[in-house]
Amino acid sequence: MQNSGIKTSILQGLTAAWPICLGYIPIGIAFGVLAQKAGLYPIEIMLMSILVYAGSSQFIAVSMLSTGAGAVSIVITTFAVNLRHLLMSSSLAVFMGNTTRKKLSLFAYGVTDESFAVNHTRFSQKIWSLDKALVVNHTANITWVVSSIIGGYGGRFIHAGTFGIDYALTAMFICLLIFQLKGRYYVITAVIAGGAAVILSLIIPGSSYIILASIFAATTVLGIKKWMLR
Amino acid sequence: MDVAIIHQKVIWIILGMGIVTYIPRWFPLVLLSRRNLPKWLVEWLNLIPAAILSALLLPELVTNGLPRHLSLWQPELWVAIPTFIFALKTKSLGGTVVIGMALFWLVQTIM
Repeated sequence: MQNSGIKTSILQGLTAAWPICLGYIPIGIAFGVLAQKAGLYPIEIMLMSILVYAGSSQFIAVSMLSTGAGAVSIVITTFAVNLRHLLMSSSLAVFMGNTTRKKLSLFAYGVTDESFAVNHTRFSQKIWSLDKALVVNHTANITWVVSSIIGGYGGRFIHAGTFGIDYALTAMFICLLIFQLKGRYYVITAVIAGGAAVILSLIIPGSSYIILASIFAATTVLGIKKWMLR
Repeated sequence: MDVAIIHQKVIWIILGMGIVTYIPRWFPLVLLSRRNLPKWLVEWLNLIPAAILSALLLPELVTNGLPRHLSLWQPELWVAIPTFIFALKTKSLGGTVVIGMALFWLVQTIM
């Protein structure tokens, strides 16, 4: 690739990544603080953020550790919480075209709720490439790792709630959801998924409601669509 | 328990967590790309982002606590409405994040 091409990819990738980073900083710091309180060394906090790189499961693992849970139950819980990435990677696979397995494996590492939403939106607008998506993933990843280490060292001195930063990811999801509402069927899908998720989250403990509600909504709407077009 | 044993356990947990988290991220990408998927599957996968984002977002807005309970009088929900309108009008991700944060901060400071 030409030099200017790389420069454009990095620049556009960074532009797309900054709202994610803004959201990851407070959450990463909060995670570091909790992990340190649970007895983890900074090196372990760093290792977990690098090797796992999935916020909610890291929070859950740390709180399970501090209640003395066993290794197997923590790993199984992590698997259940992060299984939703299966759907996101499937959805992203459509855009991958002819790519080397090596590059796909690198890209897979950085698939999170946020990077998925940002990249998928741009891929479906046909303004995106795998290189730009990789810039987004790794910028977000570095932000997450560094923030969690900062939290592990002394985040307890940073006051929670400052500048409404707790709301950053929620606001981002609101906007990303709007980007996804590309027509009637998408709106119906979102309404069914949201409603089902609220009901399921009240009934079943854990975070399986995300994957269950999403599959239910997409399947229902595809069924309606096929039935209407028959 | 010995500190060294506890931390050996932590390292094993982190490795295990890393593996079970990476596989669902990796598997569909190598399996499904470079392949012509059936049309219905592509349509289904196209609906998934809207579904997931809504399923992630809505419970955060209207429920609270552990175990979760319905909580309609929380700033999360009320701030979401102007934030939603702003996002709809401007289609600006960065702008929406900043506005959402500012409104949330304002509401928290007042309340």
